[in-house]
Order: sequence, then C-alpha cells, then structure tokens
Amino acid sequence: MELVSLFITSFIVNNIIFMQFLGTCPFLGVSKKIDTAAGMGIAVIFVITLASVITYIIHYAILVTLELEYLQTIVFILIIAALVQFVEMFLKKSAPGLYKALGIFLPLITTNCAVLGVAINNIIYEYTFVESLVYSVGISSGFLLAIVLFAGVRDKVDYADLPESLKGSAVSLITAGLMSVAFLGFSGLQL
Amino acid sequence: MNKLKIFKNGVTTENPILVQQVGMCATLAITTSLMNGIGMGVAVIAVLTGSNIVISALRKFIPDEVRIPAFIIVIAAFTTIIDLLMHAYTFELYKALGVFIPLIVVNCIILARAEAFASKNSVVDSIIDGLGMGVGYLVAMILLSSVREILGNGTILGLRILPEAYEPMMMAIQPPGAFILLGLLIGIVNYLSRRKKA
Repeated sequence: MELVSLFITSFIVNNIIFMQFLGTCPFLGVSKKIDTAAGMGIAVIFVITLASVITYIIHYAILVTLELEYLQTIVFILIIAALVQFVEMFLKKSAPGLYKALGIFLPLITTNCAVLGVAINNIIYEYTFVESLVYSVGISSGFLLAIVLFAGVRDKVDYADLPESLKGSAVSLITAGLMSVAFLGFSGLQL
Repeated sequence: MNKLKIFKNGVTTENPILVQQVGMCATLAITTSLMNGIGMGVAVIAVLTGSNIVISALRKFIPDEVRIPAFIIVIAAFTTIIDLLMHAYTFELYKALGVFIPLIVVNCIILARAEAFASKNSVVDSIIDGLGMGVGYLVAMILLSSVREILGNGTILGLRILPEAYEPMMMAIQPPGAFILLGLLIGIVNYLSRRKKA
C-alpha cells in the first residue's frame, strides 16, 4: 500500500516536470509532435529506471563502504554517460526496431537532468532498494505523461493567432504554466 | 574578436536563459527568492569560468573522440568543489538549493560553452566568455527571482517593500508562476529586441 501511494505521489502529485522542474530542457525541446514526445518519454523511463538501479547499488556497495560519498556527483554522471552509450550499442545489436524508434533520443538523455536528479534523490530520501525502484518508475512515467499531454496542447497552440513576441518558447512556457496549475490541483490528494 | 565583445555577447546577445533558453531546470525551480537566485547564479559563474579555464588550457591534449566525457569530468569536479564549499560556508543557501547544486553538472550551458568556445579559444578569451555567460545567467536569475519574490511575498531579500495590506500572490512562488513569469519575461525580451531592430 505504501508503495502504491509512493508511485501515485511521484507519478502525479510531485510530477517531475510540473512540480519539480527536472528535465525541462527535453520537455520544451522535443515536444513538437506527439509521437516523438512519446518516443522520448519511453526512452526516459527506460534509462531512468536502469540508471537508478545501478547508481543505487554502486552508491551503497562502493561509495559508502569506502567512505567516498563526496565523489557522488562525478561517479553518478560517469555511470549515466557510460550507461547511455552501452544501452545504445546494445539496442543497435539486439533490438534494431527499438533502436530506430529511440535512436536519436538516447544520446540526448545523458544531459537530461532528470536522470541524475532521480539518482541523487533516491539517496537523499534514503529509499530502500524497492522504494527507489518504484520511485524511479513513477517519476519517469510522470515525465511521459507530461510530455505527451504537452505535445498535444502545443499542436493547437501553434495555430493560434499570437503577438509576434510571444511566439515560440514564450508561449510554450506559459502553456506549461497553465498545465502546472492543473497539476497543482492534485497536491491535496491524500493516499 | 575583442574582449569586450566576447563579454557583452554572453550578457546580452546570447544570454543563456533569455535568448538561448538552455539550463532552464534550475532557473524555474529555485528562483522563489532573490537570495536563491543570486546564490545559484554565482555558483554557475564559478563552475562555468573554472571549467572554461581548465578545458581551454587542456584543449591541445584532449583527444577529439573522448572530449565530451573529458569535459563532463572537469565540470563534475568543479561542481563537487562548489557543492562542498557551499555546504561548509553557506549552509542555509545549500539547503534551499538542494539537489540543484549537484545538477549544475548537467546544466547544458556549461557543456555548450566548453564545446563551442573553450575547446577552440585561448585561456584568457575563455575566462571572459565564462564570466560573460555566467553574468548573463545571473542577470536573468536576478530578474526572475526578484519578480517572483516581490509578487509572491511582498519582500525583496527578506525586506518588506510592499505594504502589509498587500495580499501575496501565492501562485508566483509556486511552480505555475515560474513557468508563466519566465514565459512573459522572454516575451518582453523578444519585444524589446524586435523594437530595437526595427
């Protein structure tokens, strides 16, 4: 039951984009079309979950035992960069279909702060292994939900008659703000 | 390119937040008060200038194929230094900025300057570029965070400037306010730069 509530909280209530502002760059950059947005979202779920598991194990197995916690940032970013490269090579060999679908998004994910952010949060919040797994899946599904919803709205906004100065990123941010108001409504949700 | 132009380039023409729109996560998240905005801006200036110096000094020794991982290690090292310094000397600020201090490492602006400028130019030019871009980032942070603090709290740096009767606009310091106010700020900047051209 606690795990279910952790999932819902990380999925909707503390939505990664609208409430925590992690991963805003790809959110604004890769949300012009619904299908590319969905591709990015799925790639992010995959990488965040994998990265959280590996960084979690390395943190407790190596950094804590050797008392090297202050190297956390450097070690985590290297793990994530290497992991993304590895996943890319692995998919290219063994699942060409999936690789084609995710291909262009994978390298972009290294600099997606959501991945590093979730890995660090797992440690800060002192989650157990299972909790951190649920948290990562919840947060990254929240990213998929947010980016797909946003791409849908953006399709329409592109045709709106706007003042020249507001076109492009200005109106995207304001749209995201209005969607964030909607997500704020979930914050009273008690489970 | 002369030195003044490099500096001005970062602050105005290619302002990282208001024009290039990179490194938005921290901008949106921590600009709830002016103090946070200044703290984050200064931390970014330090990391950006530091990594620009080291990367441009090493630019002839780093092989082209592994340059991105090499840049990331340099940036991560400077981020860790800033993280530890802030933990030791500015603990309140450190707590307020939280996870966004280690996340400076994935702030696109720093890697972008390493790749686009520091790896191709002399150390002195890279220092100026780092300072210019950093100050541009700081200016944008100050603008956004002071608007949010005034509207959301009626204070600036904790000092009350709007009368007690002012009903704080809670939304300005909540997440939606960040998106909407930054959107409007970018809209105003677009408007001003278009009028200047016309």
